[in-house]
Amino acid sequence: MSALDAAIAPVVTDPALATASERQPRKLRAAARRKQTIVRWIVLGLVAIFMILPLAGLIDFSTRLLNGKRTGRSWATVIDLDKLNAAAPDLVEGFKVTIALCLVTAGLTVLLLVPTMTWIRLRVPHVSKLVEFLCLLPLTIPAIVLVVGLGPIYRGIAHLLGTGNIWLTFVYVILAFPYAYRSIDAGLAAIDVKTLSEAARTLGCSFPAVIMRIVLPNIRAAVLGAMFLTIALCLGEYTVAYLLSKNNLSVALFNLGLSASGDPRLTAAVSLILLVFGFLVMFGFSFLGNTRRMKKGK
Amino acid sequence: MQPISSAVDDGTDSARTPGISASTGASAVLGTSAGVGVELRGLRRSYGDVHALEGMSLNMAPGEMVVLLGPSGCGKTTALRVLAGLEDADAGQVIVAGKDISSVPTSKRDMGMVFQAYSLFPHMTARDNVSFGLRLRGKGAAERKKIAENYLELVGLDHHADRYAHQMSGGQQQRVALARALAIQPQVLLLDEPLSALDAKVRVQLRDEIRRIQLEVGTTTLFVTHDQEEALAVADRVGVMRAGKIEQIDKPDVIYSAPKTAFVAGFIGLTNKMRGTASGGMVSVLGSTVPLLPGSPTSGSVTALVRPEALRFTSGTSSNGLGTATVVATSFLGAHGRVQARIEDGTILLAQMSVGETVALQPGEIVDVAIAPSPVLATA
Amino acid sequence: MSATVVAPPAVAPRSGGDGRLRRMKPLLGVAPFLLYTALFLLVPTAIVVIGAFQGDGGSFTLANFSALFGQSVILEALLRSIVLSVVSAVIGAVVGAVVAYFLSTAPPSGLLRKLVTSASSVLAQFSGVMLAFAFIFSFTGRTGLVSRTLNSWFGVPEPDVNYFASLIGLIIVYAYFQIPLMVIIFLPAVDGIRPQWREATESLGGSTWVFWRRVAGPLLTPSFLGALLLLFANAFSAFATAAALVGLGSPLITLQISNALTSETGLGAPNLAKAEALIMVVIVAIVMAGYYWIQKRSSRWLG
Repeated sequence: MSALDAAIAPVVTDPALATASERQPRKLRAAARRKQTIVRWIVLGLVAIFMILPLAGLIDFSTRLLNGKRTGRSWATVIDLDKLNAAAPDLVEGFKVTIALCLVTAGLTVLLLVPTMTWIRLRVPHVSKLVEFLCLLPLTIPAIVLVVGLGPIYRGIAHLLGTGNIWLTFVYVILAFPYAYRSIDAGLAAIDVKTLSEAARTLGCSFPAVIMRIVLPNIRAAVLGAMFLTIALCLGEYTVAYLLSKNNLSVALFNLGLSASGDPRLTAAVSLILLVFGFLVMFGFSFLGNTRRMKKGK
Repeated sequence: MQPISSAVDDGTDSARTPGISASTGASAVLGTSAGVGVELRGLRRSYGDVHALEGMSLNMAPGEMVVLLGPSGCGKTTALRVLAGLEDADAGQVIVAGKDISSVPTSKRDMGMVFQAYSLFPHMTARDNVSFGLRLRGKGAAERKKIAENYLELVGLDHHADRYAHQMSGGQQQRVALARALAIQPQVLLLDEPLSALDAKVRVQLRDEIRRIQLEVGTTTLFVTHDQEEALAVADRVGVMRAGKIEQIDKPDVIYSAPKTAFVAGFIGLTNKMRGTASGGMVSVLGSTVPLLPGSPTSGSVTALVRPEALRFTSGTSSNGLGTATVVATSFLGAHGRVQARIEDGTILLAQMSVGETVALQPGEIVDVAIAPSPVLATA
Repeated sequence: MSATVVAPPAVAPRSGGDGRLRRMKPLLGVAPFLLYTALFLLVPTAIVVIGAFQGDGGSFTLANFSALFGQSVILEALLRSIVLSVVSAVIGAVVGAVVAYFLSTAPPSGLLRKLVTSASSVLAQFSGVMLAFAFIFSFTGRTGLVSRTLNSWFGVPEPDVNYFASLIGLIIVYAYFQIPLMVIIFLPAVDGIRPQWREATESLGGSTWVFWRRVAGPLLTPSFLGALLLLFANAFSAFATAAALVGLGSPLITLQISNALTSETGLGAPNLAKAEALIMVVIVAIVMAGYYWIQKRSSRWLG
């Protein structure tokens, strides 16, 4: 598995795709093992401290008044939606838009990729290299470059569909392609799509029904992984939103933190919540891979 | 409807007593499809330089089981897939029950198909797999369950209805696949090397069951295989294919005993190639005179294709004019034996004889070679 | 057989055109995907590439590039971006590789590993904006936790709010998200080092050092270099973090592009942003090509 594959690899591991990481832990002699354990904890500990410092700083900052006293005011505002709306309406708006973007983009990406990739495997396998190249292209074309060329496209969209923030979803789907493609590709490779879909077709199944009833249920882990990576991307995206003059969570957060009229403490609190939330979701997902063992028949 | 179960155990229910009908409504539900006629007319299909089908034609009578047999690359699977609609022919027609269905998509052709392996939907139980086609046809849940369970019973797996594919053996999976294909009461049943991925013993059992079920249900069936023993065992007619065409199609015993070409003779069963002289419809080989099948040269030096069971080696030479050979090796195969013996020009002949006759011979012994008077095919 | 068969000629050609046309029809299935990708990926890219060579009124010109190379501000930004990316990539690669190694020796489904990989995923993929704020709020000014502590403990003067706009500051923050990214990328490669190889080395009399120098090192080098290239590309393309950290000016190439896009008064040539973007793409493309080349050559060993 290449390094790039790892970076955009499915988050939810299907046990059928078990990699070397599911192997037995190493067996070294006891003394060496103990020494290595100590060294391991020291090294990891040092790195952990560096990593935690900024987060600790966020906690500290969000609860500290200029004179050094502690205040929970920012946190009270964060928790209470009305107060939050009053204090930072753009943030709440941005948050809503981002949640909508996450869901719509995840859905649209799966809707676009799963039928296409299935169709390719069934009918036009010679096109798969081209599609793979196109799906991985966004890794080579940074968002900042892409957005330079998107100006005219989005002017056209503004004419047809208006200037709503939700139309960012079209670009986000493209940005999500490399991650979603790899995940879904791994999932499709693990099942014999051709035989299953041919069996379904002889029983009278139309192509859309094959996707819904046969393919999707069998690549559930891969699709979840793809959606998850897409959501992670949407949650943190700033570049395109800012340069297309749209509002989303990161843009609103940016303005909140750095504009003169913004509230830095509130920004700190919100940032921390988002990071912790993201961590919990990721952590939860790492347990998901082991739900159903799918052994191949003999 | 009697549940079909084999006396030999392959893991399916052995606690079943033949003769007991599991459900009074079984016959009504399962029914029998009045078979339909199928015609493949002049099919042609190429992939680039490879010509998979070269004007292949086939007529199947209602309720008949035709087995397409041939080496890999002969086009048998392509022909099946064209009939199923999974591939399009470049030319030719597919006619079922008198209607040209060449441009009808697969999902509308109403044909049940059993694939070589891994075709059960892994996310569904056996019961759900079997009722899948029924679901697509809009049958209610209670009816689906009943029909599915009846067909599972037909293949002897009603107690496995809640199992998933990975919990079943290969043989069991193929039985479920068969039940699934039959449950929609298709016009035609298609079997694409359904036994090739199974163990030898399971293969033999299952092929007999498939035949029994097919006779019971009466669906016109096309069965593709590369195993000639399998083909002979189950077919109403066997079509031997080569290079995209059917070389000969006949009843199994005719294919075996009266092959029309050397290829068919060589592909089916074993043959000994023996030099001899032909004249007037007979060929003289190693002292025996044997009738020739049509298609053989009528005179001159020929190679006769003689089956092992037509050869007999007897010890002790007597001056009866028969050719002689030296025994090289004997093998005991359970129900019969085989003996290899070398003749004067160095060719090694293989004879199939009874156990008693085989055991009586020793390597190195000189034996007479007798050839039974059944007709043989010869080539120039 | 039914006698009502309509009898067309014996070998009728398939209706619907010749074989080749019919074979093209399935390609329609990928049309939605291709159209979508063309509109939102290929067309914008083409706009950038073509526009970089266009002057006023659409004529072909290299003026954009000469304007670009003529301005030291832009060239300095490009250079600074490259230096920043290289340094942060190296730091991230080295530290991340060490962390990955220690992680791989931990039990595979144990808690430590899950914790670290989850945390790494978050830190690597989440918005640069939040990360930037975390650093500004912790390390700068009198109110930052770290700056305050360092001041009261060691008398280190508190950094100015704009500290992280400097090259050193940027390197620190970039390293912060490069390390977890390296962990994610490199972990599978380290996992590929089978314990049997280590044991074989030991049984043949080799020490740990020998193992690393002769066995694991050479095997991991391609993956390491590949990951290094990825980290470079990642840092080079980063925008959000830089935008949040840098107040005045555009010391990095991505900021230059953003500036060129949003400012009304162009710095001379009309399609300057596109020219800058094209240069960026070329650099990243070269790096990615290098990555794929390394991948192809070495994927057999650790597959």
